[in-house]
Amino acid sequence: MPSFVIVEKCDGCKALDKTACQHICPNDLMVLNKDLMKAYNNEPEMCWECYNCVKICPVDAVEVRGYADFVPLGASVSPMRGTDSIMWTVKFRNGTLKRFKFPIRTNEEGSAVPDGGFATGTENLKDSVLFTEPASTGMNSIPSLK
Amino acid sequence: MADFQTKEVSTDLLIIGGGMAACGAAVEAAYWAKKNGLKVTLVDKAAMDRSGAVAMGLSAINQYVGLKDGENTLKDYLNYVRNDLMGITREDVVANIARHVDGSVHLFEKWGLPIWTDDEGKYVHEGRWQLMINGESYKVIVAEAAKNALGTDNIYERVFIVDPLMNGDKCVGAVGFSVRENIFYVFKAKAVMVAMGGAVHVFKPRSSGEGLGRAWYPPWNSGSSAYFTLKAGCEMTCQEVRFIPVRFKDAYGPVGAWFLLFKSRATNGLDENYMQTRAGELENWAPYGKVKPVPANLRNWLMLLDVMDGKGPIYMRTEEAIQNIANEFKDDPKAFKKKMKELESEAWEDFLDMTISQAILWAGMNVAPEESKSEIAAAEPYFIGSHSGASGAWVSGPEDLQTAETKDEYFWGYANMCTVPGIFAAGDASGASSHKFSSGSHAEGRIAAKAAIAYCVDNPAEPKVDYAVVEELKTRILAPLDLFEKNKGYSSDNNIHPEYIRPKMFMFRLQKIMDEYAGGVSSQFKTSKPLIERGMFLMDFLREDAEKLAAEDLHELMRCWENTHRMWQAEAHMRTILFREETRWPGYYFRTDTPGMNADWLAFANCTWKNGEWEMKKRPVKYIHESI
Repeated sequence: MPSFVIVEKCDGCKALDKTACQHICPNDLMVLNKDLMKAYNNEPEMCWECYNCVKICPVDAVEVRGYADFVPLGASVSPMRGTDSIMWTVKFRNGTLKRFKFPIRTNEEGSAVPDGGFATGTENLKDSVLFTEPASTGMNSIPSLK
Repeated sequence: MADFQTKEVSTDLLIIGGGMAACGAAVEAAYWAKKNGLKVTLVDKAAMDRSGAVAMGLSAINQYVGLKDGENTLKDYLNYVRNDLMGITREDVVANIARHVDGSVHLFEKWGLPIWTDDEGKYVHEGRWQLMINGESYKVIVAEAAKNALGTDNIYERVFIVDPLMNGDKCVGAVGFSVRENIFYVFKAKAVMVAMGGAVHVFKPRSSGEGLGRAWYPPWNSGSSAYFTLKAGCEMTCQEVRFIPVRFKDAYGPVGAWFLLFKSRATNGLDENYMQTRAGELENWAPYGKVKPVPANLRNWLMLLDVMDGKGPIYMRTEEAIQNIANEFKDDPKAFKKKMKELESEAWEDFLDMTISQAILWAGMNVAPEESKSEIAAAEPYFIGSHSGASGAWVSGPEDLQTAETKDEYFWGYANMCTVPGIFAAGDASGASSHKFSSGSHAEGRIAAKAAIAYCVDNPAEPKVDYAVVEELKTRILAPLDLFEKNKGYSSDNNIHPEYIRPKMFMFRLQKIMDEYAGGVSSQFKTSKPLIERGMFLMDFLREDAEKLAAEDLHELMRCWENTHRMWQAEAHMRTILFREETRWPGYYFRTDTPGMNADWLAFANCTWKNGEWEMKKRPVKYIHESI
C-alpha cells in the first residue's frame, strides 16, 4: 500500500483549503474524504514512493509500507525533514536500526535569487549568451566553433 | 456536456511543464521577457516544488563538463555522447547544452544546493561527468528560483494540458483542464515551450499489483511532450531510441555509486563477469563496441546475453567491492572503520535521495552490502531523451555551432525550435541530444527560452484563435466524463461496462501490446517486422477504443488523456522501429530479422504526423566535432 495515512493522526489539514499531501503529490494520488476528514492514497498502485506526502505532512500521519509484490514485510524508512537537513531512520526486518542525517540546502528557504548574483554579460537577445553568462560559467566567454 | 467554465489566459510565451527544463526556461525567459515587455506563463500538472522527474530528489548531477578548469573539452563530451548512442546524435544540440550546463550547476549551488567538495574546495566527482550532491531538495531549490523569477501569478499548478491549440499549421497556444475544479483552460500564446517530460508505463513494467508505480522513471511522465509535438505536426526524431536502465532489481535503486565510486563488478549466477566473458561480442558492434566506457546499451547487451542463456541471477558484488576497500586499509583498522562509516552513509544516501524504495527493499531483506551481493536487472523500456535514450522532437540547433555542412540541415532560425514555428522543446521533449540529464535539461530550457522570447519579439502578431476549434477540443477533451455519466449504473460494477473502458484497463492493454510485440521485458527486448506489424494491427483497435475512454472524475479524466498520450508515443515508437531496418542499440531493442548494424542507417529515423498520415523520413547524421 505504498504511502498510507494513519487514521488516528490525520486531521484532514482542517486549517487549510486542501490537505498538504494533496497539494504536493506529483501524481495526484492523495484525496481527502471530507465526511471523515481523513486523507487517503486513492491509487496506491501508481505511487512512486517519492515520500513527498510523508515529508510534508504536518502531523506525521503519512507513512510508507514497501510495495508488497516484492518487499518482505517488517521494514520501515522514516524521514524527518527540517529546514536545512533531513534525518532518516531505517528499520530492518530483523530489528536493526540505522540513522542517517544529510544536509538538504545551504541557505534559507525562499532565498534563491534567479541570477545567483552573476552579472549579465549580454544585452543581445539574439546571441547565444544566457543572462547570467559568461559569469555563471566561470569562463570569459561562451565557446563556439573554432 | 459536463458543466465546465472556460477560462482564457493570454500570454506571450507559454511554458508547459514544471520540471528541470521548464524551471530553466522560466528563469531565463523571465529576464528577457521583462526587458522586452513580454509576459511568460507556466502551467504544470502538479506542484512545481515536487513535479517532474526530480520530484523525489537526486544523489548526483550527471552532466558537469568542467570547462572552466579545463577538466574536459566540449569535444570530449561530444565523443562520449556519440559513442554511447552508437553514432546517432545531433552534435550541434549536444555541444550547445554542454557549453552552458556548468553555468546551470553553478547557479544551483548559489540557490542553495549542497554540492560535495573536497578539502581543496573542488567538486567531488562520482565519475568523469558526474558530481555528488546532497540532493533531497534539488527540485525544491530549482523550482524556488523559477517561481521567484516568474512570480506566482504567472504560474498555474494542477492544470493538465491535453492538446496544442492550432490555427491551421500554426500553434497559437494550448488547452487543458484543472484537475481540482471544473475549469477548461485556453492558453493563447505567441510561442509555446514543450517541457512535459518523457514517457513511462508505455511498456508493461516488471512489477505488478501494488508495485506497478515503481518504475525507474516516474509514472507521471506520460508521453505528453511527444503527443503535443506530434499532434501539432512537428517532426520527431529517434522515436525508436528508448532507454533501458540496468538497476538494482525491483526497486530500481541507482547503481552509479556502486559501479563508479566503489568500483564494484557485476557477475552472473556462475560468478562470471560478463564484461570479460562476453568481451568478444563487442567486436560485432565496432567502432562503438571498442570504446571506453563501453556504451550503456552494449553493457546491457552483454548482460542480457547471459540472462537469455539462463545464467542469472545477475549480481552487483557489493561485498567484494567493500572487501577491496578494506584491503587498502588492512594495516590501519581505525582508518578502515572511518572509511566504512563514510561509505555506508554514501551508499544509503544514494538510495534515500532518489529511490527510497530501494532502502526499504534492502531493509526488508536485511541486506548488509558488506556481507551479501545484491541483484541487478534490466528495467522495462522508457522514453527519456535526456538520458541514454534519445527520443524527442527534431529541433533547430544554434546558428553559431553550425558548419557549412550542417547549416542547411540543422538550423532554421531559433535554437530548440521544432519544425512547427513557435513551438520550442527542451529536456525529454527534444530529441537526439542525449546525456543532458537534470542539469543539461535545465540549461537546455534556458537556451530554448531565450530563443523563444526572441521569436516572440520577431513575431509580435497576436495569436488568432478559432473558437470553433476551441469548442470542438473542449467537447472532445471532456467526452470521457460524459460517457461515464451517460452509462454509469447499468452494470453493478462501474468498472466493467460494454460501452466504455476505464483508463487503467486501457493502459494495461497498451502495455500488453508493447510488451509482447514491441520488445518489452517478457519478450527479452526482442522484436521484428512481423511482430511489430501484428502489434500495429492490435493498436488499430486500441486507437478506436480510445474514443470510449470513460472518467468518473477530474483525476480519472487526466488519466484518460495521459494514456492517450502514451498510445501516441507507442505508435511513433513502433513505426520507427519498423522504418529502421537494422539493430543499432542491441541492449535497448534487438530486431531479430535485421540483427546487425547497417552502415546505411548511420542516419536519423524521423517521423511526422500530418492530416492523419504518418510520414517517415531518413535524415543524415553530420558531426561538428572536427570544428569545435
